[in-house]
Amino acid sequence: FDVVENVDISNYEGIFVFAEQRYGKLKTVSLELIGKAKSLAQELNTSVTAVLLGHSIDNLSKELIAYGADKVLVMDAPWLNDFNDHVYGEVMVKLIKDYKPEIVLIGATSNGRSLAPHISSSLRTGLTADCTVLDIDKEERLLLQTRPAFGGNLMATIVCENHRPQMSTVRPKVFKPLEPDYSREGIINILPIPTPVERFVEKIKNIDNNETISLADADIIVSVGKGIGSAKNIQLAKDLADVLGGALGASRSVVDSGWIPYSQQIGQTGKTVAPKIYIACGISGAIQHIAGLADIETIVAINIDPDAPIFKVAHYGIVGDCREILPMLIKKIK
Amino acid sequence: MNIVVCIKQVPDTTEVKLDPKTGTLIRDGVPSIINPDDKAGLEAALRLKDEKGAHVTVVSMGPPQADLALREALSMGADEAILVTDRAFGGADTWATSSTLAAALNKLDYDLIVTGRQAIDGDTAQVGPQIAEHLKLPNISYAEEIKVDGDTIVVKRQYEDRYDLLKAKLPILITALAELNKPRYMKPGLIFDAYREKEVKIWTLKDLDVDMSNIGLKGSPTKVKKSFTKGAKQAGKVYNVDPQESAEIIVNKMKEKFIL
Ligand SMILES: Cc1cc2nc3c(=O)[nH]c(=O)nc-3n(C[C@H](O)[C@H](O)[C@H](O)COP(=O)(O)OP(=O)(O)OC[C@H]3O[C@@H](n4cnc5c(N)ncnc54)[C@H](O)[C@@H]3O)c2cc1C
Ligand SMILES: Cc1cc2nc3c(=O)[nH]c(=O)nc-3n(C[C@H](O)[C@H](O)[C@H](O)COP(=O)(O)OP(=O)(O)OC[C@H]3O[C@@H](n4cnc5c(N)ncnc54)[C@H](O)[C@@H]3O)c2cc1C
Repeated sequence: FDVVENVDISNYEGIFVFAEQRYGKLKTVSLELIGKAKSLAQELNTSVTAVLLGHSIDNLSKELIAYGADKVLVMDAPWLNDFNDHVYGEVMVKLIKDYKPEIVLIGATSNGRSLAPHISSSLRTGLTADCTVLDIDKEERLLLQTRPAFGGNLMATIVCENHRPQMSTVRPKVFKPLEPDYSREGIINILPIPTPVERFVEKIKNIDNNETISLADADIIVSVGKGIGSAKNIQLAKDLADVLGGALGASRSVVDSGWIPYSQQIGQTGKTVAPKIYIACGISGAIQHIAGLADIETIVAINIDPDAPIFKVAHYGIVGDCREILPMLIKKIK
Repeated sequence: MNIVVCIKQVPDTTEVKLDPKTGTLIRDGVPSIINPDDKAGLEAALRLKDEKGAHVTVVSMGPPQADLALREALSMGADEAILVTDRAFGGADTWATSSTLAAALNKLDYDLIVTGRQAIDGDTAQVGPQIAEHLKLPNISYAEEIKVDGDTIVVKRQYEDRYDLLKAKLPILITALAELNKPRYMKPGLIFDAYREKEVKIWTLKDLDVDMSNIGLKGSPTKVKKSFTKGAKQAGKVYNVDPQESAEIIVNKMKEKFIL
């Protein structure tokens, strides 16, 4: 492998954020990361560069600047239209070698979690997964990256002292984006297009799930666990979600039982969510489930067992049968 | 076809307990298992073997007791097992882990390399794609279904809200999801062989072509600066009242929070 010994870390400056987009729409996590990068950059007295790869994506640069990017590097080519680990990886590696940022942040999406290790591996640098806290050690000019491991049982603060860039992935909804300001000014740098990178992997077809309201964006989530009792009873929770204009989530047990598709699973191996209110119905509150709840203002839990662990994290706990309480709740709201 | 599956021995995390005094993980007496994603990856490899014939090799890097995970894999039907173990490999982050595993894989013939998406202890999902990069192999992550036809593989790749069907030529590395299948049990006929007769090959530092600066703690670009358990959140209020009143409480709280 190409090993870079004794990297002169003082040659590296600035923060890169990978601006993930699909069908010309930015992933919200990228905007969240730009906001976070902005505050890290202030502490380091440096700037934030968003890296935007894709095709026909001109309008996204302004959005990135509105959300806090000082500069946008745009590479727009037909062969960049569809995300591909190898193609995106090669392009990112080249850009990082050219621009030498000290920090690179990538959303911990399904794509990001596959792309980031390609890049770090190739650049022989550290990568911290699924960070929930990012801070700066000003004296050492180091990124302090805090993440959960062991299914959320343990938190670790990780540093990358001798290699650059310092790379982290961050799950969606961990940080809040800045209020967009469309009058902000920034530099948009349209990059020359290199010869296309070989793809190796071709897409035959893609199948979208038709989720009604996306969990990631929902302000209200009604979530069901095994305690709901049966696939049929899930309708009760769905009805509540509908009257509240919210989304339906689930624990892994419910997904494993085949009552709800995986796309609605919340937790360590599912989605991280940050609604204003989370109503957990018949969910025990295993640590792997709680791992998917970002800081949520109000958690309401309905569980028949007064000792259920979910009551340790709920703001309001209701001891009772969710199959009885849900219909009453719906009636009252209506 | 030669298939190599990377398996990691992990503590069964649902049973991990914290020491109430020190707040550290209690690992004594916690059973070890083959990481769930890896076991599904192994099962996928064994099904390909059943279908079309294949030589399945399992590789694990870890302390000597990872031997047990490898023997379980042999009992399920793997043909060959290799334990990559040496004090020098200890304390590796994902970069050093993947560079060591890549060096081991380099000594093997492979058409398909399978890793799990993610190990349930370290939880990073980084080792698979990193091995692919070290070996200059293409890679497909998050495989939910695999089909091999000749030298072509078709993978159903999972995303948050959709999946893609992707096609590539072998050799390739894929990372497997536990959703792939239900792994078989150990075969009684194979258990005896696996634990008594079969050999788990041991590869140490001297067997691999690795640079000392690329392995173990020293070869790891990341360092754990500190670790701690999450401070327990203040518990909220718990009501134990009849359903009617319960519904009322929830409605009132939602009004207070301007949700209704
Ligand atoms: C590596 C790993 C990753 C994991 N990832 C995830 C993840 O991403 N997301 C996730 O959710 N889990 C995950 N899990 C699984 C997790 O450990 C739990 O097993 C799971 O969350 C339990 O789901 P549950 O609470 O719905 O079911 P159960 O544990 O079966 O709990 C059901 C609850 O319902 C209550 N109940 C029963 N009847 C009623 C009733 N009529 N009314 C009200 N309450 C009732 C019971 O008291 C109980 O508390 C993971 C596990 C592992 C090992
Ligand atoms: C609290 C804590 C936090 C950590 N955070 C980071 C971090 O952010 N970044 C980092 O680089 N390192 C980190 N590490 C180190 C990392 O956990 C180890 O390098 C670990 O050996 C591999 O990572 P993983 O468990 O995350 O594996 P994953 O990348 O999740 O594993 C994916 C797949 O790779 C294969 N695999 C992984 N390890 C082995 C093995 N030993 N033998 C065979 N196959 C294997 C398996 O098929 C597995 O399913 C952390 C360690 C701790 C204790």
